Amino acid sequence: MAQFHEEEALGKAYDHRLMARLVRYVRPYWPMAATALLCILVFAMLQAVQPYLTKVAIDRYIARHDYAGLGRVGLLLIAVLGVSFALEFLQTFLTQWMGQRIMYDMRVEIFTHLQRLQLKFFDRNPVGRLMTRVTTDVDALNELFAAGLVTVFGDLLTLLAILLVILRLNWRLALVSFAVIPFIIITTAVFRRKARDSYRDVRAAVARISAFLQEHISGMSVIQLFNREEKSFRQFEAINERHRKANYDSIMAYAVFFPMVEILSATAIALILWYGGHEVLKSQLTLGTLVAFIQYSQRFFRPIQDLSEKYNILQSAMASSERIFKLLDTPVTITSPITPHPFQDVGGSIEFRNVWFTYSDAANPSAEEYVLKDVSFKVDPGKSVAIVGHTGAGKTTLISLLQRFYDVNRGSILLDGVDLRELDLGELRRHYGVVLQDVFIFSGTFESNIRLGTPWIDEQQVQNAAVDVNLYDFIRELPNGLKEEVRERGSTLSVGQKQLMAFARALAHDPRILILDEATSSVDTETELKIREALARLMKGRTSIVIAHRLSTIQNADQIIVMHKGQVREMGNHQELLARRGIYYRLYQLQYKEQETRVA
Amino acid sequence: MGKLGTSLRPLKAYIQRYRGRIILGFLCVMATNAVAMAFPWVLGAAIDDLAQVLTHEKLIRYSLILIGISLVQAIFRFAMRWILIGVSRDIEFDLRNDLFSRLLQLSVRYYHHNRTGDLMSKATNDIAAVRMLVGPGIMYTANTVLATVLALTIMLKIDARLTLFALIPLPFVSVAMRYLGSKIHDRFEKIQAMFSDISARIQENLSGIRVVKSFNQEESEIETFKRMNQDYIEKNLGLIRLWGTFYPSLELLIGLAFVVVLWFGGMQVISGRITLGSFVKFNTYLGMLVWPMIAFGWVINLVERGAASMGRINVILEARPDIADGPMTRSDAPSIIEGEIEFRNLSFGYNGHPVLREINLKIHRGQRVAIVGHTGSGKSTLVHLIPRLYEAPPGTLLIDGRDIRQYPLAVLRSQIGFVPQETFLFSETVAENIAFGVSGADDQSIVRAAEVSHLLRDVEQFPKQFQALVGERGITLSGGQKQRSAISRAVIRNPRILILDDALSSVDTETEERILRQLDEVMQNRTSIIISHRVSTVKNSNKIIVLNEGRIVEEGTHDELVAHEGYYAELYQKQLLEEELEQI
Ligand SMILES: Nc1ncnc2c1ncn2[C@@H]1O[C@H](COP(=O)(O)OP(=O)(O)OP(=O)(O)O)[C@@H](O)[C@H]1O
Ligand SMILES: Nc1ncnc2c1ncn2[C@@H]1O[C@H](COP(=O)(O)OP(=O)(O)OP(=O)(O)O)[C@@H](O)[C@H]1O
Ligand SMILES: [Mg+2]
Ligand SMILES: [Mg+2]
Repeated sequence: MAQFHEEEALGKAYDHRLMARLVRYVRPYWPMAATALLCILVFAMLQAVQPYLTKVAIDRYIARHDYAGLGRVGLLLIAVLGVSFALEFLQTFLTQWMGQRIMYDMRVEIFTHLQRLQLKFFDRNPVGRLMTRVTTDVDALNELFAAGLVTVFGDLLTLLAILLVILRLNWRLALVSFAVIPFIIITTAVFRRKARDSYRDVRAAVARISAFLQEHISGMSVIQLFNREEKSFRQFEAINERHRKANYDSIMAYAVFFPMVEILSATAIALILWYGGHEVLKSQLTLGTLVAFIQYSQRFFRPIQDLSEKYNILQSAMASSERIFKLLDTPVTITSPITPHPFQDVGGSIEFRNVWFTYSDAANPSAEEYVLKDVSFKVDPGKSVAIVGHTGAGKTTLISLLQRFYDVNRGSILLDGVDLRELDLGELRRHYGVVLQDVFIFSGTFESNIRLGTPWIDEQQVQNAAVDVNLYDFIRELPNGLKEEVRERGSTLSVGQKQLMAFARALAHDPRILILDEATSSVDTETELKIREALARLMKGRTSIVIAHRLSTIQNADQIIVMHKGQVREMGNHQELLARRGIYYRLYQLQYKEQETRVA
Repeated sequence: MGKLGTSLRPLKAYIQRYRGRIILGFLCVMATNAVAMAFPWVLGAAIDDLAQVLTHEKLIRYSLILIGISLVQAIFRFAMRWILIGVSRDIEFDLRNDLFSRLLQLSVRYYHHNRTGDLMSKATNDIAAVRMLVGPGIMYTANTVLATVLALTIMLKIDARLTLFALIPLPFVSVAMRYLGSKIHDRFEKIQAMFSDISARIQENLSGIRVVKSFNQEESEIETFKRMNQDYIEKNLGLIRLWGTFYPSLELLIGLAFVVVLWFGGMQVISGRITLGSFVKFNTYLGMLVWPMIAFGWVINLVERGAASMGRINVILEARPDIADGPMTRSDAPSIIEGEIEFRNLSFGYNGHPVLREINLKIHRGQRVAIVGHTGSGKSTLVHLIPRLYEAPPGTLLIDGRDIRQYPLAVLRSQIGFVPQETFLFSETVAENIAFGVSGADDQSIVRAAEVSHLLRDVEQFPKQFQALVGERGITLSGGQKQRSAISRAVIRNPRILILDDALSSVDTETEERILRQLDEVMQNRTSIIISHRVSTVKNSNKIIVLNEGRIVEEGTHDELVAHEGYYAELYQKQLLEEELEQI
């Protein structure tokens, strides 16, 4: 379970660098942000005005029995309320709107980056975890932008406004009430540390839950077949228990913190009452001021509690943004060159020139680690080449390199004499039609799976492709034909049908170079032969590369390459290779000779 | 709010479980509020005294009482949070466990109709929303109701008329809430569903990234993603517009109450009907209503969201596992299976669409039977019935002469080693993957299992050998390595029945030959069923079955079938014919 360690290494709760980078996302919306800030500014001031008005009402009008004055204050208060209402609505809407836009921007940015990243990255990062980058992590940021950032300003401003007002009202009384501030600072500091520790544990647990679920839901039938329900449940329960435990820690932090702030708040009021009462007795303070003071000090603690709640948001936003930025900063190592070699009409000659390749990242990989060792061969335009060899010999790796899923460590691969690395990536891949060994079917329809998102393929072409691979007979029987629904990973189809669909997908894209990696391994021989006939017609003059273990599939190839442990061991056509009495001959014998002799 | 009720009903059992603690929590809520009410009372009394005569000692006493009250309140408030929020975490824990254990029981069929991303989002996001409902939701509701009732009572005692004036805005608040509540519910439900869609989309895109790249679909994927997200934020903005008016309206109404009190209360103070102290007290109590009112709005939001999510979760919790032990299960069924399998006039189909027709087949103990046939002819379907991934009609599938349903499911499956046509490996080590279906396997048996499938040779090349991590779904292994890991995983169970569903398709013939020889040894006296398209795989079986459109059309040994000149003979010829032509 090595992949989880990353989640557990959380950085600081507040990181200036990250914040600066986050604020950049607000930039396109600065008019909204500025307006929202302005709203908050005025709103905070109005908040501070209300108790003041109460004070005025008591001291000036109620004490002096002035009905008219009281009425005026009442009207003024209504006006203040009305304006507050408008401001708050505007502010809420603007910030939320901004939050949504920023969320959209970030999601698209992350998703786009993911589309560009090389396969090496996907080999190492579980899908469940990458998903949380695009979903919940962005949500955490949304909360920061929508509810946090701006209202934090609001809270700070409210605090400031209240401070100013009470200092002006009576600075000595104000200083007395400030006596609790050091305690608040201490309490908050302790709380922050506790909250942060537990938060880290919660995040780690959440990531585990998510990754665990993604994997176990996908592999549910295997779990059931192998009677693993009990064990899987225990594993899940343990992770779930960690999650609960971490949350209990965080409840503790909060459950202690809030009452603490209340005690401090009450202490402040008691201090004000005690000291202010004396002043009133000495007639150095009006009763109205004292009442207003008490009201202010109550209001003073609201934002402090608020800020602590916000701290949580800030914390999760920091953690999320750190992970998001880490993902966004993962360099895309496989890209098109700045000035790609112009594509002429592709002839389709392919050359591997002393290619060495390893999946390992080690600076100096040992000879053992190389999956391909000094591989050289050449395919002439329009010819067909077959690759055979034991499992794990490196056949799939060859075609991954050909598509530039990975870059070679040494040597080069040339298409029509040009190094792949000098070609535009999109252009390059556009010329291939590939059937991968691991068939992948999307949820959607038969049609959408064959066409994918390629706009120029029309329905007729989709149908033709289905006919060519011998799948159309099956599709035609379905109630909705090509528009029939296909489930996630094609789970309601037979494996052969899925493979045929992937095959049709490759043909529909009208490739110059066809690459088939075990493309008919799950298809019966009769169907395979029919496809081969169609291919002979379709691929006339086009290059094709075929990997197959069933030798009947490949024996007509112009050239056969025999791979063994990452090296090309034999090359030639069927007859030549048989004559050689090497690996190919042995494979052939196993498949045919034995049964011939038995039959005979 | 009928919808709310139905969605939330299943929660009752969970809450029941923690009844004691919840009641205790409620008591704490009450105590907290009761004590809180004393605070303004004391404050008001102090101010009243100040207006007249007050000694220094009394002033100190008042101050100390205030601090004392807040201390007591703090203790109760702590207990309230600790208990009630704690309970919500426990319920979350239970709920998530129950959800997962239900997922473990649901049959394959269920997963064909529910997307992984969607299920995941229910087990995480939706449960979180429910947790908010049972934790903060309940706590704040209790708090709000109590605080309101207490504050109102006291306010009524101070001055009934003034209280009534202050309450004028209240009916508006409740009407607004009811209306908004149901709107929020609906919109939130849609938003959650949309979010699920997006998750599922991302999940598929990332899982299929190789295809996306191969076919240059990055741009079109990004476009689709943008479109879905645009839709999503528009739905969100709809909710925000609602919400944006809701909060400020609440505050406005409460503010109005303040004005009313200031106005009328002020006049009453002037006319001497109430004291200034009472007036201040009254104001403070009114102030105490502000937070609960706002909290109330928040709670409504929580409850509606929670209920919408609970509704989505219920769909899973209420799903009945269609394949499980039932009345047919016999406790006296033997726990060891001999391995004789009989299909008795079996017909089977998906959703009423027939796939297998009138299958009659008897496989004797210790036999190796091979199945061949066209793509989609029903081979996988046939073998999926044996471990009951799908359910055969009663009386049509027998093992050792007993209907398959008589065996407890766990017993039946534990005797079967199944290698599915599509390999699924977990992102654990090679060793853990091989030992997946046995508890406490030792290294020796793992090595032995790897030897049988001929994986050992490959594993020895890996830098970390058996401790090498295989990556998600076995991504870092070659096609054949994955398949052979799956074979080892089945073989290590030492099963009475071994099923290989096209499990040698990604393996070269030489390796295949060796695996088959090894299997012969391991599977002595045990039954095995092998599906394949390759003659080389099936030729040495005791019996070969040819399936065509769900019917058995040929049955016999290799030699018999070759002589019979049907499908099999043709298959044999095709895999051979061109070869001979060229040889000649
Ligand atoms: N993504 C990867 N990361 C690390 N190692 C890999 C990866 N893919 C393949 N390998 C390793 O590279 C070697 C060659 O694998 P490759 O998939 O090219 O074999 P293959 O010839 O296609 O085999 P098969 O016939 O079984 O499909 C294997 O030992 C495999 O374990
Ligand atoms: N879960 C399902 N729901 C509905 N239809 C299904 C489901 N699984 C398979 N089918 C259909 O049933 C038929 C038989 O499928 P099955 O997987 O048994 O074929 P198969 O003989 O194993 O083919 P292959 O050689 O391609 O593996 C196919 O037409 C397939 O589309
Ligand atoms: Mg391969
Ligand atoms: Mg099948």
